[in-house]
Order: sequence, then C-alpha cells, then structure tokens
Amino acid sequence: MPPARAWRSYPQTYRLEAARCRSCGTVHFPPRLICRQCQSRDFETFRMQRTGKVVTHTIIRTPAAAFAGDAPFAVAIVEMDDGVRLTTQLVDLDFEELKVGLPVRLELRRAFSEGDAGVIHYAYKAIPVRS
Amino acid sequence: MAVGIIGYGAHIPRRRIKVEEIAKVWGADAPSYKKGLELREKSVPGLDEDTITLAVEAARNALLRAQIEAADIGCVYVGSESHPYAVKPSGVTVAEAIGATPDCHCADFEFACKAGSEGMFVAYGLVKAGLIKYGLGIGADTSQGAPGDALEYSAAAGGAAFIMGADDSKMLATIEETFSFMTDTPDFWRREHQYYPMHGGRFTGEPAYFRTVHGAVNGILEKSKMKPADFKYVIFHQPNGKFPKRVGKQLGFKPEQIDTGRLVPTLGNTYSGASPLGLTAVLDAADPGDRVLMCSYGSGAGSDAFILTVQERIKEARGLAPTTRWLLDENVRYVEYGEYAKLRRKIRLAE
Amino acid sequence: MRDVAVIGVGMQKWGELWTKSIRDIFVESALLAMDDAGVDHLDSMYVGSMSPGIFSSQEHLESVLADYLGQHHIPGTRVESACASGGLAFRLGWMEVASGLSDIVLAGGVEKMTDISGSEATYALATAADMKWEGLSGVTFPGLYAMMAVAHMERYGTKREHLAQVAVKNHANGSKNPRAQFPFPVTVEQVINSVKVADPLNILDCSPITDGGAAAILVPADKVKDYGKPGVRIIGSGHATDSIALHGRDDLTTIAAAAKAAERAYAMAGKKPEDIDFAEVHDCFTIAEIVISEALGFFEPGQGGPAVESGATAPDGKIPINVSGGLKSKGHPVGATGIAQIVEVVEQLRGAAGERQLKQARVGLTQNMGGSGGSCLVHIMEVM
Repeated sequence: MPPARAWRSYPQTYRLEAARCRSCGTVHFPPRLICRQCQSRDFETFRMQRTGKVVTHTIIRTPAAAFAGDAPFAVAIVEMDDGVRLTTQLVDLDFEELKVGLPVRLELRRAFSEGDAGVIHYAYKAIPVRS
Repeated sequence: MAVGIIGYGAHIPRRRIKVEEIAKVWGADAPSYKKGLELREKSVPGLDEDTITLAVEAARNALLRAQIEAADIGCVYVGSESHPYAVKPSGVTVAEAIGATPDCHCADFEFACKAGSEGMFVAYGLVKAGLIKYGLGIGADTSQGAPGDALEYSAAAGGAAFIMGADDSKMLATIEETFSFMTDTPDFWRREHQYYPMHGGRFTGEPAYFRTVHGAVNGILEKSKMKPADFKYVIFHQPNGKFPKRVGKQLGFKPEQIDTGRLVPTLGNTYSGASPLGLTAVLDAADPGDRVLMCSYGSGAGSDAFILTVQERIKEARGLAPTTRWLLDENVRYVEYGEYAKLRRKIRLAE
Repeated sequence: MRDVAVIGVGMQKWGELWTKSIRDIFVESALLAMDDAGVDHLDSMYVGSMSPGIFSSQEHLESVLADYLGQHHIPGTRVESACASGGLAFRLGWMEVASGLSDIVLAGGVEKMTDISGSEATYALATAADMKWEGLSGVTFPGLYAMMAVAHMERYGTKREHLAQVAVKNHANGSKNPRAQFPFPVTVEQVINSVKVADPLNILDCSPITDGGAAAILVPADKVKDYGKPGVRIIGSGHATDSIALHGRDDLTTIAAAAKAAERAYAMAGKKPEDIDFAEVHDCFTIAEIVISEALGFFEPGQGGPAVESGATAPDGKIPINVSGGLKSKGHPVGATGIAQIVEVVEQLRGAAGERQLKQARVGLTQNMGGSGGSCLVHIMEVM
C-alpha cells in the first residue's frame, strides 16, 4: 500500500475517528462526504469507543500473500458500541473462544508491511474482553 | 512546585514460554538455568506486536489513569532497544495514535535497558522547567536473544508509560529527587545491521551492572540525605531474578522492599520496560505516603535513579486500567519453541 | 424501447487454456456465437472482463478485441463490475438494441486468469472487496463468504452439509456439460474433508480459477425471423448495487443487491419467482447459492439450505438451479461467467441443452453478482 494511502486513514486506523451525521445521527466509519441515510453533508467527528461484539467470524486458513505468515488467523465483523460495523482480525484468543456475541476491544497492532524494507502499517485488531 | 507521575500504564503481551521449552531445544540443563537466573518463564510478543504497539497500549492505560486530554501532552518519548525503524521515530506513531499530535515534542531514546527511564527523566525535566504541561515517557521493548545464548531465556517483551505533570489534584507520585550515573563500559552492545546483541559474559556483572547501580543509588541517597530503611519499595533493573536481589542486599535493602517490583521471574527481562514495569507494579500496590526508589540500568553503561513519594490519588486511579500483576498472571497462554521461533522471526523465510 | 432477443450464443471448453491468449479466448467464443447466429458483422460490442490489466497486463481491451475479431472500427466497450462484468455487458448490449441505436450487438465476457501466480490471482480477485477497510484485516474472498455462512447458520440453523450438497448437485450437473472445467461428481464427504480455506468453507466449496470466454448476439425481437435462427426473448433486466464491504450491509444473511435486481427484473418481465422454470445463479461459493435462492424469492429466508437437501433445486426439482454445473463445476473466468449463464438459459429455452435438457424450460433467469454482493444483475428470458 502506498504510504500516502495508509497515512490518509491514520485518524481511523489509529484513533477510530468516525463521523456522526448532524441531521440524523447515523455514524459513519470511515467518515464520508454525504450521509448514507439522509444525504446530509453536515457531520461532527468523534473518536469511537473501543468496545464492541462479534457479529460473525471465520478462520482464514489460506491467506493472501501479504498475510502469509499469519495464518491461521481469525477475522470477524464487529459491531462497535457506537453502532458501526467493521471487519478486523481477532487475535490473542484460542479459536475455541470464537463465537457470535463475543465482547471485544480494539487495540493497535501491526497490520502488515511490505517486506523488510517497506513502511509498517498499524491498525486496529480485536481482542476478547477479559476482566 | 511538585512534579511527578499523574498517570501510569503497563502492557504485557499474552504469550509465555517456559525455560524448560527453550532448554530442551538447545540441550541445556533447565533446572540450572532456572536456578542460576531465578527465572521460570518470559513473555513472548505476537507477530503483530512490537515496541510501538506495546507503547501505544501502555500509553492508553496511562491516559485512563491520568484522566487528561491527550492533546495536552507536550512531549512523547519512547525508549527502546527494538524500535521498529532505524530511521522514523516510534514516538510519532504513539503520539498520533493517542491524539497528542501535532503540537508535541517527540524523540526516540536508546541506551540499552535504560532508554525507558531516560524518556521518563526528560519528560519530568520539561514539566519541571515549566516548558510543557504534561509529558509522556515510555519504556518498551521486544528484545531478541541469540538462539541458544543465555540471553534467550530472559529476553522478553513489555512496556510501561508514565505521564508527568505538576497538577497537584492529579498527582499519583511526586518525584523528589533524580540522579544519573554514567560511564563508558562496553558490557553489552549491538552494532548497526546486526540482528542479535553481543555481551562480555561475566564482565556484565560486577564492573558493569553492580558498579553502575551502586553509583546511582549511593549518589541519590547522598543527594537526598536518605537511607535504604526510609523506603517502602525499591525497584532495580532486572536482567534476571538474582541481580536485583543481590544488589539490593549489597546496598542495604531487604527482600520485602524488593519483591513487589521484581517481576522478572515470570516476565523475563523487558529491557527498556524492565524497571519501569517494576514501578507500575509497585504503584499498583503502594499506599499514600510510601517512599519508592527506582534505579534503572542500561548497558554501555548508565543508571537513572528516582525517589518518589506516593500520593493520595493513587487509591482511586490504580483501578482505572489493568494492573501489572493481572497482565502478568491472569492473561497468559503458553507456546512451544517452534511457535516461539516463528513469532520471534528466528526462522528464515523465502524471499 | 423495443423488445430484444438473443439469436446466437457461443462458449468454448473452459479450463487452464495454456495455449490460448486472452485475445484467442475471446475471439474463439465470439466467433462461435456469431456463427450460431449466422452473422458476420456487428454494429457494436460489449465485453465484460474484471482485471485484464492485472491478469493479462492489458487494458484498452475493447480496442484489441474488436480488431482481433475482425470487426474494424465498430464501437467497443469493456465493462467491469467485478464478477458481474459479464452480466453488465449483457445489460448494456440489451440497452443498446432496445434503444434502437443498434441492430446487432455482441455481449461477451472473457478472463485469462492462469498466467499469473496463485497469490497474484488472489490479489486481483481481492480488488472486488473493500481493499481499504476489509483488506486491512487480511480477510480473503472465501473469508467473506465464510462469515456470511456463519451468520446464516447462526440465524437459520443452516447446516454444513447443506453447503456441501450445493457442490455435489452442481458437480453432478456439470458432469453432463462438455464445456465444464471440472465435469466430475463429488460427494458430501469429499467436500467437507477437502482442504480448509476459511472456516467453515473447504476448497470444494469454492469456485475455481479458470480461463474462458462466452458471447451472445442480441438483435431486435421483431427481426429474429430474418436470421432464421431460434431466438430467445429478453423480458426482464434488473441491476443494483450495495455496500462493497460485507460489514456495510443491513443484513448479513441475505444479498440485498440480488433481491433488488431481481425485483426490478420481475417487475419489467411481469413475472413472479414462481413463474421461473429454472435459474443460473452465481455460486462463487456454495453458501452464495443458498443465500441467492432466498434473495430471488424461490424460498423463504432461511429455507435455502433445506431446499437443496430436499432436492428442490436439482434438475428434477421444483426450481432447478445451475443445471450447467454453476461456477463450481463449469468454472469461473470472472468476466465471462455472466455470459455463460446466458448461454445455458438460451440453450435450455431452445431445447438444445443436450444431456442437461430440462423438460419444463419456458422462462429462465440468470443472476450474476460482483464481490460479496456489491453489485448484481438479473436477467429473465422466455421462449419466443
């Protein structure tokens, strides 16, 4: 991924910055220019809470080349407490713990890097909430 | 004005590997390593964890305890021996991730295992000088030990973050005194482009670690006109389980003063995170009014010593983020050597 | 808008066509269609191809292919909608004839996937997903459909065996298709025990990497008699998009783009799901066929799995699905798939489907979609 493309989304990958439509309250992650629900163009940005729950999941056994060393790894669609859904790796868990409804928290982790010489891309990954 | 720690946070990866696992692969005698190092197991980072990710999560925990806006942080310093880049500071990613950018000073520190305490010292100094409101100093590492070498049993991963401030209402522990002791002592080093560090064997002991720690502790005790008995807790840099006990005894400290901050038997040596993590464990346990002495050590060689007094607000703040003992004891998963070697990138992959 | 008919179709045997380039594959299938239609001149052509730039290092495809087809100077358009590129080419060809602008239009599709490595091909296909917001998780296409399967199983109790039964049915059908890439039967045990790809999907739940092309010739319906070839009338066309990322959908257990496209096609055709005799649907993964069969209105939500189990979608069932063998057995050269679905429907409606001929074949439906359901085209055709 070109450095510029990754850099543009640091507010999202690092800080979970989302945009809430000032007209209808719909939260967009990543932020957009026009509201998906009501077509308003007026938003306020805010940082989402880091917690949510698993809506569906899988275990990737045959990954794409960039993620070759990580397999097998779990991926889930997580519904964040602020109402948006996102797709993320689910790490630091035993596969037996994977289930719909699992409460998770997003942490910063290395997402991928282009070999040993390329920029390292960091992004959110989900880990199970443990008290 | 009183300056000190207004927020602290720890982060330790979940995986562990036992001494026996490493010993069996290299045909070494596990019991004698365990006895000699006073070390049972160490933490192992995942492939997706590095100094930056550990530093970010530790900093987030520190923010939870400090209860300040990250935008008010005036400096972010990350000290490590395993910065992910040779050129591009870890600190900018930490600052960006917590939202301290853009008006923030940033620099990466290195000085073997004392890079973390350096960051703490400079952040403290800037606040004390009145140049910034809050300063963040972090020690984090995912250090490597050469396969089969003694250091492989102890080189571990972890991070601790401290937010310094002068806010009385937020104070968790005031810093009463600092003292640094430094000489050119080539006990342990890594040349540019080398993957693993090298060390001088037994030279790393008495002429290096012990001499330097003695120098810093005696220096700070003299400067503050205090004695070992004045302290409830003392934290030493902990490359293995024995050194902190021995140097503590030599300096006149008792085991009960040393134990809380001595995490190495089940954590390993987290290098720049070592004494800082010991300090977080002490802050998790200490009472208001307790006096704490922390002395780091970095090969090369130097030590930074701090005297702190725990404040009232510690009682309400400590529960706001995971405690170090919980991170160390509750949140664990053991791995075998094969997975360990893969995670530590010791296996040569195809181009 | 005037009625449009298909009077010729063509497609070669699909597989790893080492000796044929993308130009060869397209021209071969196009000539088969033109010969079938009895035409030697086109007014215009549309070709669907997802990633010739990545697979064949060739963009500007319409220029290359119109020339190599010997149709000098004709208007040519290459369209892309990921795996729905073929269906999109068909719709645009239909629009151009329906509008009165052209009288003979070729709608074709082609993909040459096997020159590059498996991991490069995986990357090319991944560009049909949200490269930014799904890509950063490392999720693969099978992974996205696997998550759809988990959600469907969680909500409706769909069983792993139901998914495998889709593959078994489609391979049984494909064994009768001389053009299929994998014309051999498989069993439920073989499917479930094949290499794991993304839980709960195994390799035999997934459509393959294939080289192939397909083409159809479209003319005004009232001119069919001039060609002396059996024509098939296009009575409905529906097209819809949805959030590219699976996590952006309102409901993970259905594919709204398919339901919407079908709704539009049914409305145009004046038909309801029960009026459809058979359908060619986009079984890129076994779960997709189950979900689509519900989205098209053939079964109630959640009943797609039991429907396969009961044989309702077998050739002798209530609504035969993927009699051609589907993507699973026939193969999936991405841009060509949508047109190959048309080929099967046309041949069934003409009574020319050989061993696969259905007794009741008067109204056929094709459903072609892109990515994990980000775009979808549905066409309905009827005997003339």
